[in-house]
Amino acid sequence: MNTKVNLAGLTLKNPVMTASGTFGSGVEFAEFVDLNKLGAVVTKGVANVPWEGNPTPRIAETYGGMLNAVGLQNPGVDVFIERDMPFLTKYDTRIVVNVCGRTVEDYCDVVKRLASQPVDLLEINISCPNVEEGGIAFGQNPQSVEAVTKEVKKYAKQPIIMKLSPNVTDIAEMARAAEAGGADALSLINTITGMKIDIHSRTFSLGNKTGGLSGPAIHPVAVRMVYQTAQAVKIPIIGMGGIMTAEDAIEMILAGATAVSVGTANFRNPTVTMEIVDGIREYMEQYHVKNVSELIGAVK
Amino acid sequence: MAEKFKEQAVIIRQEEISYGIYSMWLKTDRIAGLSKPGQFISVYCHEGSRLLPRPISICEIDREDRSVRIVYRVVGKGTEELSQLRTGRNIDIVGPLGNGFPLKEKKAFIIGGGIGIPPMLQLARELNCEKQLILGYRDSLFLQEEFKRLGTVYVATEDGSYGIDGNVLDAIRENGLNAEIIYACGPMPMLRAVKAYAAEKQIECWVSLEEHMACGIGACLGCVCKSKERDRHTNVNNKRICKEGPVFRAEEVEF
Repeated sequence: MNTKVNLAGLTLKNPVMTASGTFGSGVEFAEFVDLNKLGAVVTKGVANVPWEGNPTPRIAETYGGMLNAVGLQNPGVDVFIERDMPFLTKYDTRIVVNVCGRTVEDYCDVVKRLASQPVDLLEINISCPNVEEGGIAFGQNPQSVEAVTKEVKKYAKQPIIMKLSPNVTDIAEMARAAEAGGADALSLINTITGMKIDIHSRTFSLGNKTGGLSGPAIHPVAVRMVYQTAQAVKIPIIGMGGIMTAEDAIEMILAGATAVSVGTANFRNPTVTMEIVDGIREYMEQYHVKNVSELIGAVK
Repeated sequence: MAEKFKEQAVIIRQEEISYGIYSMWLKTDRIAGLSKPGQFISVYCHEGSRLLPRPISICEIDREDRSVRIVYRVVGKGTEELSQLRTGRNIDIVGPLGNGFPLKEKKAFIIGGGIGIPPMLQLARELNCEKQLILGYRDSLFLQEEFKRLGTVYVATEDGSYGIDGNVLDAIRENGLNAEIIYACGPMPMLRAVKAYAAEKQIECWVSLEEHMACGIGACLGCVCKSKERDRHTNVNNKRICKEGPVFRAEEVEF
């Protein structure tokens, strides 16, 4: 049985990755998960300078989902390189660094700083719904998606994955723009913008008023968007959005994803990523699938 | 790194000890043996639509029996589900989480307000010093009898139905109490008042904070509080309540 997949020229031992922002740099989850068993660890977003993030409350649970408005709090790329890179390189897994910024220059700054690091892939976050500038501002217009992609690609020494927002009318248009800009792969979907109001206090549940909805509630939206994107572009897709089980991961792969990222499920069960790796193997055994890559886009 | 585990615990006993307040004893494998006063556990719901663990402070630890007790208020669907679980049922938990209270041998105020009272019970049990236990309630009392066995108890109720008519600071002032160290857990207005009191009297003060959490282990940065100094981990003026906390020196955090 072969669980390896090829993502932008790199071999992953299996298609299971972590979703940015839910797993830190892996340090905390390493107490529960053997990181060596994962296809890749995707870090929380890293900016050129430290970011404070949004006011609390940053988290609210919803039916079958959750809202977050962390606002990309991060220690900055210098601390990341000094502290988190030595930790991650101890493991036999691919390292994907999620990059965030407020301006195109910010993204390029981080990408340049990471050029000499043993990072396997860069995931460029142009779709965070919780920061006004940067984040989503770049991800909702095809011209700017293409422009940011081109600019980042100029400086990137590693393949780049553009992380797309679902908060658009036509995901395929954004995907084609990223491909035209030179993206090596795509990640989708980021969270869906939402809001929750506490009817007893008549206040917003989140300090930021709006937040990003994630969890199983958004899974069908993610499957649909991965499918539509797979029809529109040739570059590989990392599918994410509410994957809780191996079945959800396989569904995403059948829709056209080469790999998957598991996010909110880590909060429900800290060992879920390993269980999904095992579950994919069981599915392959059950249906006599020799190579997991046979399943990519195999929906009939 | 402090050890923590994901376990399937078994409910040994559950009862409603006051209106909407439940006490649950859980048999654990390793968690009880490692737990300290002021730490918490993440409790996972059975119902699949409720994704996030409920962070609940540890009220009592029986290390020999490998069990921990949590006392919680039913505030939503998750805690309502917990309150319906019967003896013998399994429940997923992760813990022990957070740092816990430092144990110092100084004349102490142990202050609990509302559902901030439970974690003070194990603290009172383990502290080896002169203990003044100051408990603030809205109206109906709980755990007060158990505190009485551990030190002198002073009660304040908001509706004046029992003890001092007022809050925990009214109870301290009206009884003319003094201390060298303060440990406190309770609602934000209470903690702010306790922090101001401690600053005024120049007393060492430790507070336990709460915030909505997602991962509970320090990865998601959902549950931060503002810190006076730049935090070593986050590299900004934020500390993770689930990891560096929930117990902080009052003057190192802003709330």
